[in-house]
Amino acid sequence: MSLEGDVSGLDKRLVNRSTLALASLGAVVLLMVLDVSSGAAVLSWREILAGLTRATSSPPMGHFIVWELRLPQALMALCAGAALGLAGAEMQTVLDNPLASPFTLGVSSAAAMGAAIALVWGWHVPTLPLRYGVAINAFVMAMLCSMVLDLAARHMRMATHGIVLLGIALVFGFNAIVSLMQLLSDAAALQDLLHWMMGSISSSRWGEVLFLASVFAFTLAWSMTQAWPLTALRFGEERAASFGLDPRRVRRWSLMRVSLLAGTVVALVGVIGFVGLIAPHIARRLWGEDHRWYLPGSALVGALIMVGASVLAKQLSSLVEIPVGIVTTLVGIPFFIVVLTRRSRH
Amino acid sequence: MTPIRKERGGTELERGGTELRMHGLHCTLGKRRVLRHLNAEPLQAGQLHAIVGRNGVGKSTLLRCIAGFVPCQAAEMSLGETDLRPLSASARSESLRYLPQSTPGALHLSAYDALRVALHARGRINASQAGPRLEEIVRHLDIAHLKDHYLDELSGGQRQLIWLAQALLHKPDALLLDEPLAALDPHYQHQVMQLLQRLAKEQDLLIMTVLHDLNMALRYADTALVLLDGEVVAQGAPREALRPDILAQAFLIDARIETSSQGIPFLMIDRHHQT
Repeated sequence: MSLEGDVSGLDKRLVNRSTLALASLGAVVLLMVLDVSSGAAVLSWREILAGLTRATSSPPMGHFIVWELRLPQALMALCAGAALGLAGAEMQTVLDNPLASPFTLGVSSAAAMGAAIALVWGWHVPTLPLRYGVAINAFVMAMLCSMVLDLAARHMRMATHGIVLLGIALVFGFNAIVSLMQLLSDAAALQDLLHWMMGSISSSRWGEVLFLASVFAFTLAWSMTQAWPLTALRFGEERAASFGLDPRRVRRWSLMRVSLLAGTVVALVGVIGFVGLIAPHIARRLWGEDHRWYLPGSALVGALIMVGASVLAKQLSSLVEIPVGIVTTLVGIPFFIVVLTRRSRH
Repeated sequence: MTPIRKERGGTELERGGTELRMHGLHCTLGKRRVLRHLNAEPLQAGQLHAIVGRNGVGKSTLLRCIAGFVPCQAAEMSLGETDLRPLSASARSESLRYLPQSTPGALHLSAYDALRVALHARGRINASQAGPRLEEIVRHLDIAHLKDHYLDELSGGQRQLIWLAQALLHKPDALLLDEPLAALDPHYQHQVMQLLQRLAKEQDLLIMTVLHDLNMALRYADTALVLLDGEVVAQGAPREALRPDILAQAFLIDARIETSSQGIPFLMIDRHHQT
């Protein structure tokens, strides 16, 4: 009976996938350690360890730097990268487009505009503190942008490049509006606006980190329940429908998750480019199309990229804080080219 | 949907044969009236029905209407006791499965996972039932040797067997195939047609397949429906439906059915009409 041979084939694949996952996890942990141990202030290993464990004998400065500055920053990078990786993975599946990501299709720019509206004009949900107002605005605008993309995918039966062109138009459109708002805003608001427009994790606080972490955890759990339907969408809308799915419903809820993730990241950290674009491609090459692995894998790779970018940013300049969004873009472009050329060779 | 496969033989009532009834089918795509007042005799379960006709007469559209992917109006369209007209495409997939002609691009997904995708898509199978169902379909279609290969490693013919397996996983009453032989070499063409013939009989499945190759229809199909200008101009056993006057009208060819030295009917085309 050939069943035994088949079972071992499946096992081998499982081992390969798990190995890759563990290796990636290990890499993330390593980078996290590097991230926490690098920065403007030079701290010895013992000081860092003491800072982490909150030992009473540690000098208060070391403890403060590690616990109040670096760790939340590192964790913010981790969570933001994971969130963007997951969002990009879902977008590329439901819009059937390898160039889709919150950044390239305007979702992040829309979120930025929403946040800018709150910061510059003060238009946000009343009674809640500004931080939440900014986040909610960002999410609402991200949702609206996603709805436009969903409409385009559904009604206009656009070819692959059509959606990307629409996305580019949206990016330019929203960025133009935000630039306009920069012109019209006062100095204080402008400072705030510019600060996170470039994607910065420097002002990360524990409350924000925990908020993003919980949004990510919730969304990941939700995504995983849709792992099989999303894998089915890779066969094309018609085949997915013939399996008994409603592809439109799957896409709509997926874009809602994308908006949740992208909106939250933009609201807390600003516009980060390329992570959501590249992570899915890498994840797909490592784990294939099975979304039970591809989705969390993309999040893992996204986290890897972000934390790596954060470490790199610190290496480039330990004096001036380089916004991580700039680093991800600079690192992302050659990465992207490598991925493209390797794919075309197949 | 009939949950239990009935044995063949016995009275009509015992067999619970689902039949597909279509009357007065209209379908307009854009500005074009593709199907106009299409009527057909009921199609019986347990048989392989070939849909033939020239390019653009509405063969694919007919299948897509029945599957629910294209809006159409019909005086009647029912499968067994189920009226298909108010149902959405995914609702209809409970009892009928449609295999479009377009194939997905190279997917780095194992054949086994591809089957699981189709099985779990509706999310209602529990783990203990899933394994046996998958094993059953793999055995039935004889694709055990393909299970662990990735889809982008398989040949076109092997992939077609996987798509068929996906369609059969939920034991539909009817299978609608749009040009399943289009990209296959002769070996796989015959393998697929024999498989469809066998499935129709063993599983009491109603199979409708669009075919371009009239010889395949002659050789394997139980009935043939000839379409012209969005209507059925002939329906019946292939030898009768594909008689010379119908072929001249529907295909603009002068042709006749001959029998080979091995006793297999084939179409001899003498000439095509100059238009």
